[in-house]
Amino acid sequence: MTTEHVDGAPVVLSARRISKSFSGVQVLFSVDFELRQGEIHALMGENGAGKSTLVKILSGFEQPTSGEILLDGKSAKLPANGAAEALGIVIIHQEFNLAEHLTVTESLFLGREVTRFGVLDRKFMRAETRRVLDLLGSHVDENAMIGSLSIAEKQMVEIAKAISRDARVVFMDEPTAVLSREETNFLFRLVRKLRDKGTSFVFVSHKLDEVMELTDRVTVLRDGQWIKTSPTSVLDGEAIAQLMVGRELSSLYAAKTEPDIDEEVVLRVASVSTGYVRDASFEVRRGEILGFSGMIGSGRTELMEAVVGLRSRLAGEVLVRGQPVAAGDVHAANKAGLAYMTKDRKAKGLLLNSGMMANLTLQSLGRHSRLGYLDPASEEAALAKARRRFDIRVRDEKIVAGRMSGGNQQKLLLAKVMETDPSIIIIDEPTRGIDVGTKQQIYHFISALARDGRSIIVVSSEMPEVIGLCSRVAVMREGQIAGVLEGDEISEQEIMRYAAGLKKKTAA
Amino acid sequence: MSVNQEGSQEAIRRRSWRDIDLRAVAPFVALALLLLVGALVNPNFISINNLANVATRSAFIAIIAVGATFVISSGDLDLSVGAMVAFIASLMILFMNSGVIADPVLMLLAAILFAIVAGTLCGLTNGLITTVGRIEPFIATLGTMGIYRGLTTWLSQGGAITLKEPELQEMYRPAYFGTIAGVPVPIVVILAVTAVAAFILYRTRYGRHVVAVGSNRDVARYSGISVNRVRTVAFVIQGLCVAVAVLLYVPRLGSTSATTGILWELQAITAVVVGGTALKGGAGRVWGTICGAFILELVGNIMLLSNFISEYLIGAIQGAIIIIAMLVQRSLVRKS
Repeated sequence: MTTEHVDGAPVVLSARRISKSFSGVQVLFSVDFELRQGEIHALMGENGAGKSTLVKILSGFEQPTSGEILLDGKSAKLPANGAAEALGIVIIHQEFNLAEHLTVTESLFLGREVTRFGVLDRKFMRAETRRVLDLLGSHVDENAMIGSLSIAEKQMVEIAKAISRDARVVFMDEPTAVLSREETNFLFRLVRKLRDKGTSFVFVSHKLDEVMELTDRVTVLRDGQWIKTSPTSVLDGEAIAQLMVGRELSSLYAAKTEPDIDEEVVLRVASVSTGYVRDASFEVRRGEILGFSGMIGSGRTELMEAVVGLRSRLAGEVLVRGQPVAAGDVHAANKAGLAYMTKDRKAKGLLLNSGMMANLTLQSLGRHSRLGYLDPASEEAALAKARRRFDIRVRDEKIVAGRMSGGNQQKLLLAKVMETDPSIIIIDEPTRGIDVGTKQQIYHFISALARDGRSIIVVSSEMPEVIGLCSRVAVMREGQIAGVLEGDEISEQEIMRYAAGLKKKTAA
Repeated sequence: MSVNQEGSQEAIRRRSWRDIDLRAVAPFVALALLLLVGALVNPNFISINNLANVATRSAFIAIIAVGATFVISSGDLDLSVGAMVAFIASLMILFMNSGVIADPVLMLLAAILFAIVAGTLCGLTNGLITTVGRIEPFIATLGTMGIYRGLTTWLSQGGAITLKEPELQEMYRPAYFGTIAGVPVPIVVILAVTAVAAFILYRTRYGRHVVAVGSNRDVARYSGISVNRVRTVAFVIQGLCVAVAVLLYVPRLGSTSATTGILWELQAITAVVVGGTALKGGAGRVWGTICGAFILELVGNIMLLSNFISEYLIGAIQGAIIIIAMLVQRSLVRKS
C-alpha cells in the first residue's frame, strides 16, 4: 500500500507512555501509539500481547493506569462506556452489538432517535439510513430485521452505524474472522474509500496477508510492550510474524504424512442430508487429515454436526469402522470414537465462568468417577497432563476460562475434546482468532495426533491452513460436496474454483 | 514452551486464604452477624434452646430450598413447591385416613412411601412440561402451582384435611417433635438431606452436569450431556425434597388446608439466593442455601424477641433481605 498520502498528515489520536494493570498484573508497559488522519493502521501481536487492552484504552472503555491520551494533539480523558462515540471514536466489535429484534434503521439510530414534536420521525430516519447504506454500496434493506441478516450484512450495519455517527477513528477487531473472501474484499474496498475521505482505522487482525494487503502502517506489540511501528510496505509477512513472536518461526506446518492407500477406512459418511446439506458422502482413513474448505455458509459445520449427532439427519448413514452410528445421538457418536470440536469456543465450547479443570473433564467425567463418586485427584492429574501436553500457560492456576487468552482457550478446548480419547476428531476452525505462535503449535498438535493413528477432519475457512495440513481436501458449496482434491490439485486457485462453482466432480 | 515448573507449588498455594470465594463466605458472615445482633437484643436469644427452636422451624423451607438449589443451578425455576407441599400433605393424610391397611406401622410406612412417590411424580411433571413441552419454567410451574393448589382446595372442599386416626398420630408425632441423641429430629433431617445433596452436587457426575447445564446449555450439549435429562432430574430432586418436607410437616399439625405452604416458594428461592447461588444458574451452594434458610428464620425470631419492630412486618423484611443479598452478591462479583 502507498504511504505517501498519510505521511505528514495530522495525528488524530495518540497514546503516550500508556501503562495498564489489572488487579496488580501489568499488561501494558509504557506503550506509544499514534494514528494519523486517513490511515489504516494495523495493530498486531500474539494473544495476550495487549492489543485489546490498548484498543479499550484508546476508545475509553478502560482508563490507563498511567500515561496520556492525546486527541487532536490535546491531552484528553476519554469518557467511559462508549461515550467516546460522541467524539467520533467508534469500535466495531468482533461480536456485534446489535439487537436481533430491531430493524436496520432502528439499530442505526439507537440511543439518538430523531423526533419531531416528540414523536419519532421514522421517515427521516429511514431515508438517512438508506443514504448511508447507499454510500457504502450496500443493498441491505433498511427495514430488515437485524436477526434476518447474514453476518457480513450485520457487519455492514455496524459500519453504517459508525459512518452515520461521523466517526473519525474506527477500531475494527478481527473484522474478517467471520467473512468469506468476497465479503472481505468488499469490506476492504469500503475501508479504503472511507480512508481516502479522511477516516482513520485501527485494524486488529491475526491475518498477515490481509494486513499486508490493506494497511498503511503496522504497530507490533509483544508481551505488553511496544516493539515497532513501521510502514507496511517495508515489511513482509515473515518479518511481522517474527516481530510478534520474537523468535524465528520455523515452518508453520509439520511435514505431511500421507496415510497408506490401503489403510483402514475408519469413517464413512454416505449420502447424508440435513435441511441444507444434500447427499454428502466422504471417507476418512486411519491417520489421515482430511480438510473441508468452502465459503462461510456452505454447510460444512452443519454436515459435521449431523455426522456427530448434534443435529438430526434426514437421510444417509454414518459408519465408524463399518458400524452404523445412530442419527442425532451424540452419545452413540462419542462412544464410537467420534468427537467434534466446535468453532465457537466461547458460546459452545467452554464454560467461561468455570475453571480449567471443570472444563477439561466435563465431557469425560465417567473416566474420573468410581461408583458414581468423582475423584478429584484423578481430575487434577488429568489437568496437569493436559497442561503439559498442550502447553496451556496461565498466570493463575484458578483462572476461569473466560479470562484466559484466546490461544489458551483453544488449547484447553482441544485438550477437553481429546480427554474423551476419540479416534476420529472433527476440528472446526482450529485457529480462529488466535495468534501465529499458537497457530503453529496447534498445527503441530494436529499432525502429531494423525501420526498417532487418529483421523482428523479439519474444517477451515483459511485456505493456507487446509493446504498446509491436509492430504486431501473436500470443498463444499451450497450444501453439497463440490469435489475432493488430492496431491498437487490442492491449491488456493483450485479450491476457489470448486468453492465458487466453476468446477465440480463427484465426491470420492 | 517450557514445561511449567510451578506444578508442585501450585498444590500448596491452592488453599491459601486469597483463594477464598467471597460469595461463598458472605452468607455465613451474615449469619454470624445476625447471631451477634440477636445476642445484643435479647440474652435469651443465644440460648441453645432458642436456637434449636429456630433451626427446627426452618426445616421445611431449608429442605425445600435444597431441592430448589438444584433447579436454580441448572438454570430453571420452580414456583410450584408451596402448592406441592399442600397437595402431597393432603394426599398423604387422606391416604392414612382411608384405612386401606389395618396395621398402623405398615400404614405409616406405606404413607411415607406414598408421599415420596407423589413428590417424585409432581417433580417429574414439572420437569417434563418444561423440557419436553419446551415451556419456560416460570410459566410451566406457575401453571402447576395453580393445579396443585386447586386440587388441594378441591380435596379439602375448601376446609381442612385432618389426620383422624389417633394411634397413627401418636406414633408419627416424634418425627417432628422427637430428638435423636438430644438433637431435634428436623435438624437431623436437614443435615442429612444437605449432606446428601452436597455430595450429589459437588462429587458426582450429575452434579457437575447440573452446573454445566445451568451456566451454558450449548456448551453442555456440545459436550455430549443430555440437557433435558439433567433438567428433568433436577425437578425430580426438587419434588423429592418437597416430599421429605411433607414427612416432617404432617406430624407437626396433622392437618392441611388450602392455605398450607402459601408463599413457601418465595421463601425457598430467597434462601437459595441469600445462600449465594446465582439465580441465572451455573453455581450451586447447598450449605449456603441452608444458611439462607436459617437467616430467614432468625430474622423473624429476632423481631419477635426484640419488640422494636412489629412481627407483622416479617414479610417486608424478608423481601428486603433478598434485594440486599442480590446487591451484595453483585458487588462481590465485581471485586473478584
